[in-house]
Amino acid sequence: MRSVYLDHNATTPLAGEVFEAMKPYLTGEFGNASSIHAWGQRAKAAIENARESVARLVGARPSEIVFTSGGTESDNMAIFGAVEAASGKGHAKHVITSAIEHHAALYAVKALEQRGVDVTFVPVGPTGVIDPGDVERAIRPETALISVMHANNELGTVQPVREIAGIAHERGIPFHTDAVQAVGKIPVDVQELGVSMLSLSAHKLNGPKGVGALYVRRGTPLRPLMVGGHHERDRRPGTENVAGIVGLGKAAELALGRGEAEAGRLAGLRDRLERGIKQRAPGAHINAERSPRLPSTTSVRFDGIDGEGFVISMDLKGIACSTGAACSSGSLEASHVLTAIGMSRDEARSTVRFSLGLGNDEAEIDYALDVIPQVVERLRALSPKYQPSDVSSQLSVR
Amino acid sequence: MMIAIAMSGGVDSSTAAAILAEREGALSTEGSGGRVVGLTMQLWNQRRLPALQGLDEGLDRGRAAGRCCSLDDVYDARRVAHCLGIPYYVINLQDRFEAAVVRPFVERYLAGETPIPCSLCNAEIKFEQFVEAAAQIGADQIATGHYARIRYDAKTGRYRLFAAVDRAKDQSYFLFGLTQRQLASAIFPLGELTKEEVRSIARAKKLPVAEKPESQEICFVPKGSYREFITAYLEEQGTEPEDRAGEMVTVDGQVVGRHRGVHHFTVGQRKGLGVSSPTPLYVIGLDARTRRVMVGRDEELFKQCCSVRSVNWIRPVSAGQSFSARVRIRNKHVPAKARVEACGKQEARVEFDEPQRAVTPGQAAVFYDGEEVVGGGWISGAASAQKLTDQLDHTVRREVCG
Repeated sequence: MRSVYLDHNATTPLAGEVFEAMKPYLTGEFGNASSIHAWGQRAKAAIENARESVARLVGARPSEIVFTSGGTESDNMAIFGAVEAASGKGHAKHVITSAIEHHAALYAVKALEQRGVDVTFVPVGPTGVIDPGDVERAIRPETALISVMHANNELGTVQPVREIAGIAHERGIPFHTDAVQAVGKIPVDVQELGVSMLSLSAHKLNGPKGVGALYVRRGTPLRPLMVGGHHERDRRPGTENVAGIVGLGKAAELALGRGEAEAGRLAGLRDRLERGIKQRAPGAHINAERSPRLPSTTSVRFDGIDGEGFVISMDLKGIACSTGAACSSGSLEASHVLTAIGMSRDEARSTVRFSLGLGNDEAEIDYALDVIPQVVERLRALSPKYQPSDVSSQLSVR
Repeated sequence: MMIAIAMSGGVDSSTAAAILAEREGALSTEGSGGRVVGLTMQLWNQRRLPALQGLDEGLDRGRAAGRCCSLDDVYDARRVAHCLGIPYYVINLQDRFEAAVVRPFVERYLAGETPIPCSLCNAEIKFEQFVEAAAQIGADQIATGHYARIRYDAKTGRYRLFAAVDRAKDQSYFLFGLTQRQLASAIFPLGELTKEEVRSIARAKKLPVAEKPESQEICFVPKGSYREFITAYLEEQGTEPEDRAGEMVTVDGQVVGRHRGVHHFTVGQRKGLGVSSPTPLYVIGLDARTRRVMVGRDEELFKQCCSVRSVNWIRPVSAGQSFSARVRIRNKHVPAKARVEACGKQEARVEFDEPQRAVTPGQAAVFYDGEEVVGGGWISGAASAQKLTDQLDHTVRREVCG
């Protein structure tokens, strides 16, 4: 049986070059980067080289890059760190975020809410794109942080980060963006965007799991999450994950090298997939189709099917895709992102996501297009809910 | 042909999966089309009712893990599937489980019955929703770790249900509700095996759950504390706290005490009545309408007949027909000789040769002809033969045999 991986927003395969770059640091080069001796110095040098590569990918200074254990830690560090730094100065507290954030950011903000911080969750319409005006209207004198994601993991919609950052900058409010799904897929430049903080993760760009980074613009007040050492310029204590960091550095270098050519190639494959689905599976709708989107992500709603059954059926045919976010797959709750853009629970449950990446080619997309209509047909035939009239009654475009 | 095996993470369903995987030459997703796929049903969120959270503390892991849908059990099922090299998925049936099993469970208790959620789950979830979910992913048949046997009778073109070879583990009592369609789609790989054989297969196959202890409890109720569960569930549902208190009366109508609600009691219960008496008192009956708990002496627990509703006939029986059978009125009950009369299409009346102790409304009455399950249904009322003119018995007769 063929195996086709179309779930790159969940995670990506490790690039061969990345693995090669990491190998020495998993074997002979085991030094602790804080040590004075030669072993330590070589590890330290490797980390600083990686820092430079990551900085170059997002247009930052190397000193503004803090290595973390991944996207979740980066989001937590930015959100808790900025709000605590502000409250340390005695400011009253208010945070603005969106209703479609990844749980890593959303739950951090909700934890702050439980500690007495006021939170505004800016709503998002059917386009899946936040209106910067809504963010601006939510600002209060005591607003300590604005955090809005760059590209949405479920829909692929790209948010107007530059506009929101501009608004925040004007009012002197720190602005964080979770760019985990954007970095490596579309050009992301912290200078051009004007953000104060930006989260990224290695395993979304063909790097290893368990490592990521937070860009922190020079001068942004930030309180560390943990105590225990002076690593990462007193921002993130703990012996560095040298091999992981080297892997992230290499992955960043490769992503920069691929540039927009790869994005164009993926957009072509994505369009081929979407066109094929619409031709061969009636009652399929592309969510947020007309919004600015990542070139690699498509969120599709098939009338009258259960997304869970779809994903399992596809897997049994060797094709990996997902319902919503990998983290909420299998949970009872319909995706908060899909319900936030106005979908009913049933509509959200009939939505699946395909996300493309490096290894995919036309033959793989065509194989998926052979399988999808069979799976959809079988699920509908066995669904007590599905009536073919659903197709005509649900033609509304999202 | 693809078979979906329902895996709970316990030793029985894990071994059933191992047997099938070997028999069907299971291939992983990398292979050329898997033939056995493992599925775990997510039925209930164990963290859902915070009031019950403390009840599991202090239990050793083995017992806590004996409850279904705990993460540990899902991990175990996944490990077994991995070890067997079969594809494995968790499917979510929580909404349907709550509607078809949990809510009726609570309602029947409030109505003065002692329900068996497992039979309801089999008929409504495992052999219905699960079969549907399995079909959706392309499975032709389902399998479970139940101890029971299904045989196809070529002469009549019907499927027949038999008790398991291991009588101590036999679960045919819980399967009386299966229809012909459901029996046709099911496979019970453990029906011909003893529990000891199952364990030794699990050990021989080095299944990670080979030594896991048994679970006997209702999967969604921690530590058998069904009263606390009902209270916590009603509270969560926002049901107005209703005064359910009532009188405790003897069979002669003498009031001997008060109680907090009929759902705190089950027929045959002796402890926790809060009434002192020279001779031991037992719960004889429950009447939710008048909120009365009838109490009496042990002898008064014995009933000669009972009415049965929602009967499912696995072997065809026509209305008006009566036959001799052995009838089991609870899981561990030794089936008793009786005369069964099919009254309506879905009703029956059972008259035991010898009076039976604690014939409990809400439990199932399952009719056996030797090893074979003829049919079964839910006990709706019980009466003593010598009081055939009693009101209760009258109601039973009227309701059941018109």
